Amino acid sequence: MPVLRTETLPVRVDADVVMVRQRVRAWAVEQGFGLVDQTKIITAASELARNVLVHGGGGTALLESLSEGTRKGLRLTFEDRGPGIPDLNLAMKDGFTTGSGLGLGLSGSKRLSNEFDLQSTVGEGTRVMITRWK
Amino acid sequence: MERIPILKMGEFLLVSIQVDMHDRLAMTLQEDLTERIVSAHARGVLIDISSLDVVDSFIGRMLGHIAAMSRILDAETVVVGMRPAVAITLVELGLSLPGIRTSLNVEKGMDLLRRARNENSSGPGEASRARTQD
Repeated sequence: MPVLRTETLPVRVDADVVMVRQRVRAWAVEQGFGLVDQTKIITAASELARNVLVHGGGGTALLESLSEGTRKGLRLTFEDRGPGIPDLNLAMKDGFTTGSGLGLGLSGSKRLSNEFDLQSTVGEGTRVMITRWK
Repeated sequence: MERIPILKMGEFLLVSIQVDMHDRLAMTLQEDLTERIVSAHARGVLIDISSLDVVDSFIGRMLGHIAAMSRILDAETVVVGMRPAVAITLVELGLSLPGIRTSLNVEKGMDLLRRARNENSSGPGEASRARTQD
C-alpha cells in the first residue's frame, strides 16, 4: 500500500498531545475527510497520544497518508517503550483502567477507527496503529 | 500561568472554552470553577463548548466532575453549544456524559439555569415554610 507522506511527532509532555491533535486535524483536512470523520480520527489520536504519555512514559506518534486505488486514508501509529500491557483482552474492555481515566481510550479509539492493531510486549513497550479511510 | 477566564453574571458563572486545552489547563479550570462557585455564591454554571472541535474522554470526564462538584455545592451546571460531530464522536467513544445537563446554545442554557433556580426556590419545602411564617 503506497505511503504518500509521513511525519513523526514526539509525545513527551501535555502540550505534545495538543500538537498531535492539531497535526492530525491538518492531515485529515488535507486528505479531504468530512467533519465527522475528522472529529473521530482526532479524538482517537488524542486518546492514544495520552496513553503514550500516561502509561508509556512518552514516545512517538507517526502520521502517514495512504493511497490504495481510489481510496485515501490516514494511518496513525503510537509507540512507547513503557511497561507494556500484560493482558491485551482486559485492556481492550470498556471501563478497564490502570490509571485514573475512564478506561475508554483503547476500546473507544478502536470504535472510532476503520482498522486497529495493538502490539505490546511486557517490559518493552506498546504500539497501537489505527487507520481511517475516507 | 495560562487560565480559562470565568465570568460572573448575577448568581451564575459563565465559562467559554475557546482554546484547545491541554490536560493540565483542564484540571486548572476544574479547580478554579469549584473555588469560584463557593466564593461567588454561584447557583449555576454555564460552560460553552461551541468552539471545541474535539471533546475526548479527558475533557468529558472534566465536564462530569465539574457538574458533580457544583451539584454538591448547590449549583446547577449546563454545557452548551456542543457541535454535532462532537456529539456523534462522544457516543461512539462510549461517553454519553451522564449527569450533565446540556442545551443547544447559551440563551437556552441560561433559561435552563434560571428555571432550575426558580424551581429550587419555590419547591414544596420553601413554599410550606413561607406559609407557616404567614
